[in-house]
Amino acid sequence: MEKLIEEFSVGLFFWQTVLFIALIFLLRKFAWKPILNAVIEREEKIEGALKAAEEAENKMKELSANNEKILADARVERENILKDGRSIKEKMIADAKSQASTEAEKIITSAKEQINIEKMKAMTEIKNQVADISIEMAEKILRTELKDAKNQKKLIEEALKKQIN
Amino acid sequence: MEIPAIVGAGLAVIGVGIGIGQIGGKAMEAMARQPEMYGKLQTAMLIAAALIEGIGFAALFAV
Amino acid sequence: MHRFLKTMNLEMAKKLVISVLIVLVANFLWASASPVKDTVSTYTAEEKADQKKSKIKEDIKHHLQDSHDFHLFTDETTGKHYGFPLPVILWDEELHVFMSSEFHHGESIVQSKDKYYELHHGKIHRTDESGNIIESAHPIDFSITKNVFMIMVISLMLFIMLFRTNKSYKKRGHLPSGIGRFIEPIILYVRDDIAIPNIGKKHYRKYMGFLLTVFFFVWLVNLFGLTPIGVNITNNIAVTFCLALLTYLITIFTAKKTYWLHLIDPLGNTMPWIAKIPLYILLVPIELLGTIIKPFSLMIRLYANITAGHIVLMSLIGMMFVFNNWIGSSLSFLLAFTLGILELLVAALQAYIFTMLSAVYFGSAVAEHEHDEEH
Repeated sequence: MEKLIEEFSVGLFFWQTVLFIALIFLLRKFAWKPILNAVIEREEKIEGALKAAEEAENKMKELSANNEKILADARVERENILKDGRSIKEKMIADAKSQASTEAEKIITSAKEQINIEKMKAMTEIKNQVADISIEMAEKILRTELKDAKNQKKLIEEALKKQIN
Repeated sequence: MEIPAIVGAGLAVIGVGIGIGQIGGKAMEAMARQPEMYGKLQTAMLIAAALIEGIGFAALFAV
Repeated sequence: MHRFLKTMNLEMAKKLVISVLIVLVANFLWASASPVKDTVSTYTAEEKADQKKSKIKEDIKHHLQDSHDFHLFTDETTGKHYGFPLPVILWDEELHVFMSSEFHHGESIVQSKDKYYELHHGKIHRTDESGNIIESAHPIDFSITKNVFMIMVISLMLFIMLFRTNKSYKKRGHLPSGIGRFIEPIILYVRDDIAIPNIGKKHYRKYMGFLLTVFFFVWLVNLFGLTPIGVNITNNIAVTFCLALLTYLITIFTAKKTYWLHLIDPLGNTMPWIAKIPLYILLVPIELLGTIIKPFSLMIRLYANITAGHIVLMSLIGMMFVFNNWIGSSLSFLLAFTLGILELLVAALQAYIFTMLSAVYFGSAVAEHEHDEEH
């Protein structure tokens, strides 16, 4: 212990204290503070960048999920539209078919009717003409027949006979 | 016969040596058992060793 | 430390190892360059060995001592000293300034402002005209001694190194370059593994200046002690006393209320105050003494470790010349070489422990009630 105290050099202590305190303050101002600030700034930057990257990734994930959803929706929609279209087409075709057939039937029936009517008309005309002709013929025949009395008599007789029988 | 003071200092240093050895050994064991506590164990070990070392110095410089 | 090592690539590690080896080899070459010369060969072998031993002892003592000139080596055959003088500054009722070369290595008396001074065993004494030491006079020696000179050089080196590191950040945005790439992991290590765990995230910033400066200063100074220049700054008790005193003062001046409360009232509210009185008669003095013992052990630890390391290393180097044969000398060379590498580790380790314990003491000064919660 005495050796230590004897060895103690006041001058060295003085210089060490002065120089060391000066060194602390100088380094604090020109080295430690700016270096630590730079390091901390860098760390914050890296942290921020990492966070931003993570956020971006999350956003991307969300976006891609959204996209997928939209795509799926679109697919469903397309399917629906196609289905609808198909059914509409089929319906249209069926409708057209049925309409056409009914129309055709209608036309056919009306044609048939027309034909019948025309036929009837023609028939009645023919009948009328036939009647007319027959009346004319009958008239002519009668006239010719009834020109002499003999024939007249004969006729009456015959008619009577017929009536009696 | 008078025993010189340096013998006493030597005896004290033996004790200090055993003490620091114990601390170091036990700290190693503890670190092996719980590696995740490494930092805390190391600090505690150094502090304890430093305190014991102080006694050794006191003995040496008392001579 | 592992993180620091990880950032160092193989190339850097190789360079570091090579430079370390060069320094160590230079150290031993240095030691062998100033061997003990046999001036008179009429002595017997035993006497010669004794002479050598006492010479080595003296050399070690001289090596560990501070000196007033920067002495590099001495040519023993011609008795010529190589080196350069340093200024001597004395306070003896008035200021005296002269160069140490005027002492002629303690051989002559210097007259300065009608007072006479003499250099005797590394200490300056006031003498009368004929060279008799006046015991009553106590000139205070503020000389720029070898150690002070080296402190200045190392401080300047440290400042330039770190200033460049700081500049490199500005040059490359937020990335260090050049020497900054070596410095930055150490700074981060001190911050993340020493300061933050021991002081806490809230208060650590105001202590960083001291902790980093102490770490780099002690480390660099210890390393310089291992170079062939042979300056041992940290084996002066005045230097370590200054460092420990600063730790102590910073602890006290930044201490929060809880620190003082813990000193005066270490048991807290765990028991009634009447029961505490007899305990406190014993406890409080111990606690108060503890605050002084802590920095005291800091001071002694650094001093003793470096001094002991140097004495052992120098003794082993000296053994080479004492043995003076192939087997013994090469064995002691190997031992000294290994110890030299170990001393490199000790240089860093002591800086680490000093910083670590300072951080622990600072941490106890700013701790906020953690103590109560832990139990």
